[in-house]
Amino acid sequence: MSATTQQGKALPGSLAANPLLAQWLRFKPEGTVEVSPGKVEIGQGILTALTQIVADELDVEPARVKLKVASTAGSPNEGVTSGSLSVQQCGIALRHACAEARAMFLAAAAERLGVEAGTLAVEDGTIVGPENARTSYWELAGFVSLDVPASGKAAPKPAAARRHTGHSAARVDIPDKVFGRPRYIHDLKLPRMLHGRVLRPQARGAALVALNEEAARTVAGFVALARDGNFVGVLAETEAAAERCLALLRSGAEWRGGEEFPDEAKLTDWLKSQPVETKTVDSRETARAGSPAGRMRRQYSRPFIAHGSIAPSCALARWSGSGVHVWTHSQGIYNLRAELAAVLKLPLEEVVVEHAEGAGCYGHNGADDVALDAALLARAADGRPVRVLWTREDELTRAPFGAAMAVEIEAELDGEGEILRWRHELWSNGHAARPGRGSNPVLLAASELAEPFPRVVSTNPPLPAGGAERNAVPIYDLPAWDIVSHRLLVMPVRVSALRSLGAFANVFAIESFIDELAAERGEDPVAFRLRHLGNPRARAVLEAAAGRAGWGSRRGGEGTGYGVALARYKNMGAYCAVVAEVEGEEDIRVRRLVLAVDVGEVINPDGVKNQIEGGAIQATSWTLKEAVRFDRTRITSDNWEDYPILKFSEVPAVEVEILSRPEEPPMGAGEAAQGPVAGAIANAVFDALGVRVRSLPITRDNIIAAMELS
Amino acid sequence: MSGTSKAMAERVKLRVNGAETAVEADPASPLLGVLRETLGLTGSRFGCGAGLCGACFVLIDGHAVPSCDTPLWAAAGKEVTTVEGLGTPEHPHPLQQAFIDEQAMQCGYCVSGILMSAAALLRRNADPSEAEVREVLDRNLCRCGAHNRMVRAVLKAAREMGAA
Repeated sequence: MSATTQQGKALPGSLAANPLLAQWLRFKPEGTVEVSPGKVEIGQGILTALTQIVADELDVEPARVKLKVASTAGSPNEGVTSGSLSVQQCGIALRHACAEARAMFLAAAAERLGVEAGTLAVEDGTIVGPENARTSYWELAGFVSLDVPASGKAAPKPAAARRHTGHSAARVDIPDKVFGRPRYIHDLKLPRMLHGRVLRPQARGAALVALNEEAARTVAGFVALARDGNFVGVLAETEAAAERCLALLRSGAEWRGGEEFPDEAKLTDWLKSQPVETKTVDSRETARAGSPAGRMRRQYSRPFIAHGSIAPSCALARWSGSGVHVWTHSQGIYNLRAELAAVLKLPLEEVVVEHAEGAGCYGHNGADDVALDAALLARAADGRPVRVLWTREDELTRAPFGAAMAVEIEAELDGEGEILRWRHELWSNGHAARPGRGSNPVLLAASELAEPFPRVVSTNPPLPAGGAERNAVPIYDLPAWDIVSHRLLVMPVRVSALRSLGAFANVFAIESFIDELAAERGEDPVAFRLRHLGNPRARAVLEAAAGRAGWGSRRGGEGTGYGVALARYKNMGAYCAVVAEVEGEEDIRVRRLVLAVDVGEVINPDGVKNQIEGGAIQATSWTLKEAVRFDRTRITSDNWEDYPILKFSEVPAVEVEILSRPEEPPMGAGEAAQGPVAGAIANAVFDALGVRVRSLPITRDNIIAAMELS
Repeated sequence: MSGTSKAMAERVKLRVNGAETAVEADPASPLLGVLRETLGLTGSRFGCGAGLCGACFVLIDGHAVPSCDTPLWAAAGKEVTTVEGLGTPEHPHPLQQAFIDEQAMQCGYCVSGILMSAAALLRRNADPSEAEVREVLDRNLCRCGAHNRMVRAVLKAAREMGAA
């Protein structure tokens, strides 16, 4: 359901679903404006960007803007903080809501002061008219009701009139974090709070056949054991006691059955031999596609990848009467509420879900799962609040992973090696099993209860956003293509949305394949791309990255290589081009990444840079190092030694150039770099070593395997 | 009854951030839990419980150590410094100021441990090279990819401290 303007147009951003102005902002008597976003801080700096937008549109100093913590008790429902959409959906909604509120207050001020609204100006919330006539938002707050739907009539300021957006405002959350002040959900301490821990099997769907409770019950500080089918947890007065209880429970527990994991050594074969649902997700046919003189076919893959947040997932819950209040670092408080209500068999209004900041979030991790764990354990706490913290092992083995993928690309070529037809075929689990979106609960504990909900197999949202097929459609102007997605109908390894979803593997595959075609023709990779690229903004980022990296004067050889790649995230979001410089023979080191991005209007340039740098470094880690490891019975990469990520000494220099487009709509920056970075590194490895590594990660083993293949 | 399941609480004297204190706790229990739960110093973070990520680093007699993996008894009688003892908003440590100036984080969960690693480095090497900073920080994990900003901040703090 979405609201429309009086002209029948949909209201912008999340205003469409939440048109009431009072849901977004209120002027408080102490001279502040309380802003209530439905999107949440997940380490991306959104709170700062929203503050800048509000300060500009209302003409108040940023210090007056107070952001309210998102809660289902009153915040607008903005779905999930995901997909690099917070500025587009929340920022734009706030911009319009503030523009509208400002116009209403100016009208009221004009009436009170007996002047024309057009003669009024706003200076830090004070409304100033001719001859020093003055009032303010706060004086008028009692006379202007914001309990009205947005009309869509008030136009936000033009780009040139904005003072705060477009500049690098300092992040509002950073002081707390450098001085170690309580800020994270992990630091929340409620009166009489208990600590909970959950015992979990190693295989999905295993049954608990024996449990020795006695030892745990003797631990000083033990409070209660909560069991519901295969879900078992313990409550204790302190964290140390809860952990001791868990260790004792674990040593006396016996699990049976559960799904067998695939053979890790033959992961790609496994992906391609499972029952699937097949869809042609896009095709193109033009008269230019002639009959082929040759063809080239290559296969690329990526393994399962872990979120690997530095903090284990955490949640708090407290029951009172028939309802439960939950504190969570979930990306989607309303969706989580729906899911909790379904599992706990409660009416929606009996569940309140309130956000609290967690550590960095890169997609659908364990945040929602642990929230249900807390709600279940708190049922045994007699009204006391319960804090549940996952273990590092839980975090690296039980949270959903990013799905493994196999991608096969085939091109039909004419006599000159020019592309006539392109076929992109992918095999993958679905990339979305987020809570609150389907009819069946997906939270981990839901499938462990005595009356279990079935374990859900992930699905894919349709293009253009897409899941597994995100960015599978090439950005290049090719005469004909077929894009085919095979979604697995089994899911022994639990997967859901990880930063950029399928875009990482698809862009890696497309950009590697394009590079292979250019190399076959002996053509410069940048020139070859530009020749197939009509989109001017895509061309601009490619030319900017190549220019800044000194592409034309690069000197490779002797174990040094350069590679380039680009993409437009989701084919409708931010543009990003990357030049990678690598060195090495067996172990690859990325020396430098030069990125150029176009995210449309930039709210906070340093915020965009930080997101792009971070995305680039994380993608370097995925590309060079990361793979979830498993045998047939368990995930074996359950600690940081067995799941290594990029270290400080391995991090490349990263340079980011932002192409400024203040008049274009803003687009998120969080996921734009992931795919292009993988492509650029792989292409640089080929430039350095003459070998195509088509299976990620680009480790010594995979380089040697690729050499043996070629 | 099994002796392993009973925690033996003892009175342990500690010196944390310059102040003498005493806690009733099992001397074998990790220092991190005592800091966070008993003393309310939540600036040190739990990340892995195995000393592999660095989020819980504190200084013990000037050395950066993982407090999740350090038994309480090992800290007794020594000088423990947490991020709360490094500086305050009124009197920030040059490292804290440099992290603000460089906007050197995304989520920030790893930051207090990284500040402690860097503080230990600057105590023994006032003028480290970039490579030395990176090598020392290899014991700390950052997942958001703010590494280069943090390295810049540490080098900046070293310059500030050298100039002071």
